[in-house]
Amino acid sequence: MELSIRNIRKEFDRFPALHGVSLDIRSGELIALLGPSGSGKTTLLRLIAGLEFPTSGAIFFGEDDASQKTVQERNVGFVFQHYALFRHMTVAENIGFGLKVRPRRLRPSAAQIRRRASELLELVRLPGLENRYPSQLSGGQRQRVALARALAIEPKVLLLDEPFGALDAQVRRDLRRWLREIHETTGHTTVFVTHDQEEALELADRVVVMSQGAIEQVGSADDVYDRPLTPFVYGFIGESSRLPVRVDTGGVWIDDRSLGLAAGDVPDGPAHLFFRPHDVELVEGCGGCIAGVVVSSRRVEATRRVELAVGGDRRIVEIELPADHPAALRSRIAFRPRSWKLFADARAGREACAETV
Amino acid sequence: MAVTHFRAPSIIPGFGLTFGFTLFYLSIIVIVPVIGIYIHTFQLDWAAFERIVTGARFQAALRLSFGTSALAALVNVVIGVLVAWVLTRYSFPGRRVLDAIVDLPFALPTAVAGISLTAIYAPTGLIGQLFAPLGIRIAYTPLGILIALIFIGLPFVVRTVQPVLQDFDREVEEASATLGASRLTTIVRVLLPNLVPAILTGFALAFSRAVGEYGSVIFIAGNLPRQTEILPLLIVFRLEEYNYPAAAAIAAVMMTASFVILLLINLIQAWSRRRFGRV
Amino acid sequence: MSDPAARIPAKHPPARRLPATRSAAAPSPRISPTTETRAVQYALIAVVVAILSLFLLVPLATVFTQALRSGLGDYLATFRNPEALAAIRLTLLVAAIAVPCNLIFGIAAAWAIAKYRFPGRTLLVSLIDLPFSISPVVAGLVYILLLGSNSLIGGFLLENFGIRIIFAVPGIVLATILVTFPFIARELIPLMEDQGTGDEEAALSLGANGWQTFLFVTLPNVKWALLYGVLLCNARAMGEFGAVAVLSGKLRGQTVTMPLQVELFYNEYASVAAFSLASLLAGLALVTLIVKSWLEWRYADQIAATGRGH
Repeated sequence: MELSIRNIRKEFDRFPALHGVSLDIRSGELIALLGPSGSGKTTLLRLIAGLEFPTSGAIFFGEDDASQKTVQERNVGFVFQHYALFRHMTVAENIGFGLKVRPRRLRPSAAQIRRRASELLELVRLPGLENRYPSQLSGGQRQRVALARALAIEPKVLLLDEPFGALDAQVRRDLRRWLREIHETTGHTTVFVTHDQEEALELADRVVVMSQGAIEQVGSADDVYDRPLTPFVYGFIGESSRLPVRVDTGGVWIDDRSLGLAAGDVPDGPAHLFFRPHDVELVEGCGGCIAGVVVSSRRVEATRRVELAVGGDRRIVEIELPADHPAALRSRIAFRPRSWKLFADARAGREACAETV
Repeated sequence: MAVTHFRAPSIIPGFGLTFGFTLFYLSIIVIVPVIGIYIHTFQLDWAAFERIVTGARFQAALRLSFGTSALAALVNVVIGVLVAWVLTRYSFPGRRVLDAIVDLPFALPTAVAGISLTAIYAPTGLIGQLFAPLGIRIAYTPLGILIALIFIGLPFVVRTVQPVLQDFDREVEEASATLGASRLTTIVRVLLPNLVPAILTGFALAFSRAVGEYGSVIFIAGNLPRQTEILPLLIVFRLEEYNYPAAAAIAAVMMTASFVILLLINLIQAWSRRRFGRV
Repeated sequence: MSDPAARIPAKHPPARRLPATRSAAAPSPRISPTTETRAVQYALIAVVVAILSLFLLVPLATVFTQALRSGLGDYLATFRNPEALAAIRLTLLVAAIAVPCNLIFGIAAAWAIAKYRFPGRTLLVSLIDLPFSISPVVAGLVYILLLGSNSLIGGFLLENFGIRIIFAVPGIVLATILVTFPFIARELIPLMEDQGTGDEEAALSLGANGWQTFLFVTLPNVKWALLYGVLLCNARAMGEFGAVAVLSGKLRGQTVTMPLQVELFYNEYASVAAFSLASLLAGLALVTLIVKSWLEWRYADQIAATGRGH
């Protein structure tokens, strides 16, 4: 099932939670909605499910305008953050619930429902737990039952809200791999919400990075990591260092020093230079580089993290050095980012940018 | 010292004092007097006890008390769930006031409730006069007793169900909706089953209160032997005749019933903790 | 889509996989799936308001309308009646003894139960709740049997000291203590259990002694719950009827509390006087409800939101 989200706007009591979001999801795709809390990712997921209704805009399931349908009619599988299992029902009853509440004409027999529940328990690798109650299951098991229950109704799309948010780190890693396998077996169009970039990058075909009610970038893990389109994405995905600079006559400057980088289309004026702390080369002397004084240094596993104060007004920037590299306090270090990106400071309209060629 | 073995070790002082005082006070105020009832009852020989509990007047009062109490508690379940639902789920002007007023039967002295209900449901009263032309008498009939018992039991179910409804996870209702259940199906199949332990507890509390209720009932009941005479009133009559053993015997029957109900409430709660746990 | 009638879900069973229902009459999806349509909401609110008005507000209002039925003069005359005044005095006296007794007990019991672990703890809690499930009449009866003039203890006290307990004020006080026994303890126990012993241990480690710990640490932590319990205890103590009725003897001006005096007036067909005196008790109930709601609203977290069925 293809999903098409067209210019969705959502306000809560006049407070805009989403402004004009559009997104196309291909059939069978596994999509992550990634962003900090308050970015609108959960709201978007709930809008797709029909748990909320957009202030304006439309959502299409294939050719069907789903915006006019109730949540019951949309036939989505939704896995809630806290699983939302029915406490008074056994695991099998939980899984069979969606089939049992169908109108009589469409309802499978009790035996069929029972068989389907057992099949799904096999699929989520919990065979034999049919008669347990949710309170007798571990967190990871509840998560799997919740997924089985959502799959039981043969949903058009599968939606998961922070599916691993409430689990231990080890269980999370196992379930992540397992969810990927389930996705490959069942082939459902799947959208999940997460604030954990590692989870999003590892699991999803495409990642939708959101911030403040808008989509910042849509792309594969490689796209969003290697080619971030906005300062937000650069800062949010992976580690980044950010240095305020000035663009003048096609070059990038700090105070009266040129950094030796070409500003491309970025107009003259204040801008920010982004680069990955580990992706720098150290240089001796300096004609066209960034130089600073070490203000702090700490050992992180195999590398050394060094904070440098750069320029007259001592802008702080972080880089990563080999552990054996000397980095005494107040010593001087010069470097050049291997890959970088330059964003003009936001003004009206689109942000201009330049990057490593 | 025995006490240090008796309780788990703690550095907080005052266990001996507070525990001793609690036990002493509890004993003289509650335990000893209550045991006294059974001692007095056992002073009767079996034949005398049997005569009391098989007597027509006692039997009629027993049926009336337990019958109207059960019916009133059932009505309280229906009203209570509805009231709890509206008070927790909807916001409307005056909701807070309504919520506060639910506790009125706890706060209003029973005698005051009794004379007020009688004034309302007497054939000349505000509501009584609406039914009088239809030949329906409310005050001085079992119907009047029922009304009084509904009044005093009203808060129990509301107050047991309300917190459960309040804490009920919206996600669970949403889950039911995403699985295709209509709102009505969600309420009947998902919400209500979760309220069952609270409803049962509220029912038992309302029932137990109603069986023992005296003040609000005697004014509206009419107190005709074998027709509108409740068990507590029978005790009072026996007392006025200085027939203490008979009074004690009736009290023992009622108190045993209370203990059974109390036990049931505890079993319900233990069962619901085991079954539902915290998910 | 604005027609509220079209939104009633009961008329529109889930129609998924039935695209034919997508006509103009299709249910508007624009109500949240976890609430009901406006029409249903209004209907339910109306029913509840009607039920609560009929069962609660009408009886409350009737007390006042009946009291003022023949004018303010007659209403006020009740409060010049010496029997009524004696009843009011006795009621205040009984509450002034019973409530502090149960206050001390409540604190002691909550301390012992909430701050320590010992076998039989849950049994103790059940025993404290016991008076809630005893009929008031039975509560009066137990003391008549135990302390009446022909009982062992009662007879001894009467013969040797001339102290009469039953059909006298001490009996009324005892019965009132019994029926109001659990109110304060059961407010404090769950709250103090929730609060644990960390604060007390900290105070003790800082050098406070037991009393200081209690006065400066524990008491401030539970003061609102304590007030709440005292309020409920007092309302019940002043309003108790059944237990007091069986062992008061109803000696006019001597062993008659306000609720009993209401009954006496009522049985003498002095209806206005009965309702006038009752209006004082109803006023007390109203004040109790208002303060109680205010406490619940203002200090909800400090009263511990446990089930409040009494």
